[in-house]
Amino acid sequence: MGKIKSLDELRQLREQYKSKVDIREKGDQIEKMIQVRVAMATCGIASGARDVMNTLVDEVTNRRLDNVVISQTGCMGYCYAEPTIEVTIPGKDPVVFGEVNKERAVEILEKYIINGELLDGIIPVTHKTVDD
Amino acid sequence: MSRYKMHVLVCGGTGCVSSNSLQIVDNLKNHIKENGLENDIQVLKTGCFGFCEKGPIVKILPDNTFYVQVKPEDAEIIVKEHLVKGRKVDKLLYKEPSTEKSIDDSKHMEFYKKQMRVALRNCGFIDPDNIEEYIARDGYQALGKALVEMTPELVIEEMKKSGLRGRGGGGFPTGLKWEFARKNKGDQKYVVCNADEGDPGAFMDRSILEGDPHSIVEAMAICGYAIGADKGLVYIRAEYPLAVKRLEKAIKDAREYGLLGKNILDSGFDFDIEIKYGAGAFVCGEETALIHSMEGERGEPTTKPPFPAESGYWGKPTNVNNVETFANVPVILLKGADWFQTIGTEKSKGTKVFALAGKINNVGLIEVPMGTTLREVIFDIGGGIKDGKRFKAVQTGGPSGGCLTEEDLDTPIDFDNLLAKGSMMGSGGMIVMDEDDCMPSVAKFYLEFTEDESCGKCTPCRIGTKRLSELLDKVTKGQATMEDLEMLKVLSETIRDTALCGLGQTAPNPVLSTIETFWDEYVAHVKENRCPAGQCTDLLKYFILEEKCIGCTACSRVCPVEAISGKVKSVHVIDQDKCIKCGACYDKCKFSAIIKK
Amino acid sequence: MADIKVTIDGKQVEVPEGSTVLQAAHKIGIDIPTLCHLDLHDIKMVNKAASCRICVVEVEGRRNLAPACATPVFDGMVVRTNTIRVLNARRIVLELLLSDHPKDCLVCSKSGDCELQDMAERFGLRKVRFDGSQSTYRKDYSKTIIRDMDKCIMCRRCETMCNDVQTVGALSGINRGFNAVVAPAFEVNLEDSVCTHCGQCVAVCPVGALSEENLTWSVVEALADPEKVVVVQTAPAVRAALGEEFGMQPGSLVTGKMVAALRRLGFDYVFDTDFAADLTIMEEGTELLDRIKRFLDGDKTVKLPILTSCCPGWVNFIESQFQDLLDVPSSAKSPQQMFGSIAKSYYAEKLGIPREKMVVVSVMPCLAKKYESSREEFTVDGNPDVDVSISTRELAHLIKKANIDFNNLEDEEFDMPLGESTGAAVIFGATGGVIEAATRTAYELFTGKELDKVDFEQLRGMDGVRVATVKMGDLDLNIGIAHGLGNARALLEEVKSGNPRNLHAIEIMACPGGCVGGGGQPYHHGNMEIIKKRAEAIYREDAGKPIRKSHENPAIKELYETYLGHPMSEKAHALLHTSYTPKDRV
Repeated sequence: MGKIKSLDELRQLREQYKSKVDIREKGDQIEKMIQVRVAMATCGIASGARDVMNTLVDEVTNRRLDNVVISQTGCMGYCYAEPTIEVTIPGKDPVVFGEVNKERAVEILEKYIINGELLDGIIPVTHKTVDD
Repeated sequence: MSRYKMHVLVCGGTGCVSSNSLQIVDNLKNHIKENGLENDIQVLKTGCFGFCEKGPIVKILPDNTFYVQVKPEDAEIIVKEHLVKGRKVDKLLYKEPSTEKSIDDSKHMEFYKKQMRVALRNCGFIDPDNIEEYIARDGYQALGKALVEMTPELVIEEMKKSGLRGRGGGGFPTGLKWEFARKNKGDQKYVVCNADEGDPGAFMDRSILEGDPHSIVEAMAICGYAIGADKGLVYIRAEYPLAVKRLEKAIKDAREYGLLGKNILDSGFDFDIEIKYGAGAFVCGEETALIHSMEGERGEPTTKPPFPAESGYWGKPTNVNNVETFANVPVILLKGADWFQTIGTEKSKGTKVFALAGKINNVGLIEVPMGTTLREVIFDIGGGIKDGKRFKAVQTGGPSGGCLTEEDLDTPIDFDNLLAKGSMMGSGGMIVMDEDDCMPSVAKFYLEFTEDESCGKCTPCRIGTKRLSELLDKVTKGQATMEDLEMLKVLSETIRDTALCGLGQTAPNPVLSTIETFWDEYVAHVKENRCPAGQCTDLLKYFILEEKCIGCTACSRVCPVEAISGKVKSVHVIDQDKCIKCGACYDKCKFSAIIKK
Repeated sequence: MADIKVTIDGKQVEVPEGSTVLQAAHKIGIDIPTLCHLDLHDIKMVNKAASCRICVVEVEGRRNLAPACATPVFDGMVVRTNTIRVLNARRIVLELLLSDHPKDCLVCSKSGDCELQDMAERFGLRKVRFDGSQSTYRKDYSKTIIRDMDKCIMCRRCETMCNDVQTVGALSGINRGFNAVVAPAFEVNLEDSVCTHCGQCVAVCPVGALSEENLTWSVVEALADPEKVVVVQTAPAVRAALGEEFGMQPGSLVTGKMVAALRRLGFDYVFDTDFAADLTIMEEGTELLDRIKRFLDGDKTVKLPILTSCCPGWVNFIESQFQDLLDVPSSAKSPQQMFGSIAKSYYAEKLGIPREKMVVVSVMPCLAKKYESSREEFTVDGNPDVDVSISTRELAHLIKKANIDFNNLEDEEFDMPLGESTGAAVIFGATGGVIEAATRTAYELFTGKELDKVDFEQLRGMDGVRVATVKMGDLDLNIGIAHGLGNARALLEEVKSGNPRNLHAIEIMACPGGCVGGGGQPYHHGNMEIIKKRAEAIYREDAGKPIRKSHENPAIKELYETYLGHPMSEKAHALLHTSYTPKDRV
């Protein structure tokens, strides 16, 4: 690393390094975040949850969605519909989507997460989260 | 480019490191690798999380899972269950003592709910050894702003406006101090960071240096710019090896990035920092003593004036601030004095870090806005008194402070309120006492500390504190007279009035603040040879309750001095003349037949 | 500087900016008690410790009491020095000091001279309300100074003197809290430290913590021994100070009474170190001229400037701190040692007794002389040239012990021949005196002309470092003078850096003021005027002497003619010269 020569350069550097801590910053502000949980139990992973997770992380990063947190969770019990993801918008009840693939993930992101529009594939919630 | 989806933070503060937390880091990394997740999950060592009672701490983000008392071998289950399968490991979660329920994440812990982290903003959040993480958290932006967009006068103006007061104990307005140092002419000036933390039980400065060393480097450079100094010195005790190591690394990295050295950010401002090691003398927290120690002289205070701002290190204008004070500086410049002004009370702005210790459930490091009440700190954040005992007093301000009681619990904590109550803010030590704590013994404990830590220069401190602790010793042994109690007061007042430096002047505070409030307890020791709290062993007597003793002979067999006699299956008796009050019988009796009073 | 208006105990006073409350109070006759404070501004020593807290006063608007000795005045300051709060605080501070102080005042070396005792008397203290443990330390006995730190009150005067004035650095504060004390580094014995034994720490110690090794009983025993011939020599500075011990004004000259008293004590011969001072001039002056002549002849091996070597504190200093300059001082022994050497050779032979039968006692204003007389190089087959060296103070005790009414003694004369001396010898007792005496002789020997005026005023005075040029025919002799080892250090550093002022000869005295301010003199208790008055007395004695140049001393002439041959002869070398060895100490 060479010496930083100006305030502008320092500011650019900050932007460049931001991603190093953004997961932590989002965690710190979790109550204000839209939380997306990908079920990553054995069944989920076998059905492609890891791909879904990666896609979501990339998309959120690329679109600079500072208010969206992607995290993993265990088996949600909908093994028939794996991969599943749960989306919680602050102030609203969690919504679970089943049979999510890469494309569906992008669709859910664009429609529900960004615009708040509901779409098909929602699984009725049969369990309570720890937060409740 | 790998994009981490989760961060696993492991506390790398001195406390957790000594409980093997670095081994946890290694084990986590290994298990993550075994599971092929090394590109998805990043493991980091950070500074202190503050919840030292339950260390080592492992925190997982973004979901804020907070694992406590983690052992290196727990790494496997954390990885397998939580990181691979997404199932939280219940046995490692923190359980709220009031409800016994596992708490899923730190957001729901009472310990953190009322805290506000300004000075500790990066502690337990970033890797202290990584300057990039500090920069990512707006690090050095305040320095850049000051150098490029502000005049030194404006920086001082902003500091004055913020209302920041010295966090080392004195509470002197920081901006004003900087202004004095700026106005005093000198071909060379110095910025000194006082990292000679010496209060028993206080470790906020160490934690900041271990967890966020760059904030101190940045703040010192800002101060240098403001007062016209190009040289900074950190006076740190050699007993803080981890803090020293991290600070050294931070200084080295800052130099490499051009954030220390010549012509910083092309502003024409030069600044560099040197570390000076102290041998851990309490008195060296006093500015003049600290400066003498840095000069290689005996660490002894000298009369002020002259103040260091006029004649300090090698006779040059010198500004001394403590670690926590400096840690507030970059945030103030970046977010503005107006923002800082909104936190705290009328005359004490911002937050204060406290080290909670004693008979309290959540021992640790906390940061709260000024104006938070003692009750909130002790009962909400601190989780109340251990073992359901009754709260008796809390000692704030360390050996220089005083004891506050039940009736002070709703006092909003700030500099002036604590002073008005006969205690002081000090550096932020807070030691909680319960009904089993004897107040003359508490005073004696602190006086023995100051007696040892006195530099021995002035008469009132060198001999006076010795006499005070001797008088207190007499009290706790039931050998004192009422005249001795009067002399305790008179001598305390004289020491306060005549000692040379702050250490001596405040040394009698533990006596003065307990002798009035707990007068009856002192008198009980003197007149009745009785210690109401049951702590003074010299005054304790052990008795066997006739109605409970079944004559099992266990007590008489364990007694080392054959003070207990009695036949099998008949009531036993303790010979008070022989008893050495060791308590062995008390511990041995299964029938609660032995009492002490 | 602008004057500042201050009100003290209701009285207004104007003092210059930077004055202390103590100084302001003093100006209007308010005598605030002090203990650790010591202001010897003539030698630039002010003990600023402000550690005893006896002088605390009330300052309006200030939360706590202020030490008068270290608190600067400000305009409009209102001070009260005798309120009940102040008196109570002072009493407790004094009681605290006494509670940690041995109560053996009756047999203390400082009894009657103790500033702590005076303070207790001033307060009319009748009871110390504190008991409890006392800090106690290993006693340290050296050949010169005894350290009994149980008595130390941590005023730090000795430390300031040793480090700031003398720049010796033998003493510093060690330990913490109740066990804090002043000691040599690593708590080694003083004798193993860099201590020069100058005794200035003893001179300023307010209590009995530092005192001299008292050898008066050895003198009594020698005098009582019928087998021994006991000879005494008295240094020039003693006669100008001894009277103080008997209530006389500072500056009283008591040469005649001193001689009479010594005779009453039973000394077989009462001689004068001044005789040996004249002898020193002959040897040292010759050495100086020799070096200068060779230098002028172009001899590159010549070491200049030449340094005087009469002062044993100074010799100790150079041996431990300037080891690379050990070939610079004159090789001439000090007058004390020259006397001992001549007494036990020349004079013993004259008396027809073996040297072992003779006891040489010296009375010195100095403690380092005790150390010097014990040096191995100043012995012959284990028999020292000077057997016992006592201080002016010890002599006074000896006189008192022997029931001698000193003040009413008739003046008497020294015995001959070793009591014969000149005015040049007597001024050895004041700073600048040795070099002035040497100049008187060197001038006449170098130029072959007689001096019009023997007084060299330009060499006198109290400035720490003085430089003057004396014209000796074609030669401009550049002379340097330093008194106090700190000043000596400054001058030596100058010499080491290439001698920019081209000095030919330098006189160095370890003690401020020269021997009149020696560590063995009656205590001055911070009053430098006393030392100045003693110096005046010394010059008065010189002015009244019929012979004022060493080379004109008839007894010296006879010594050379009948015994030594000439200055720097082989015999003179053997008896009157020495060499210096490096001493590595902490």
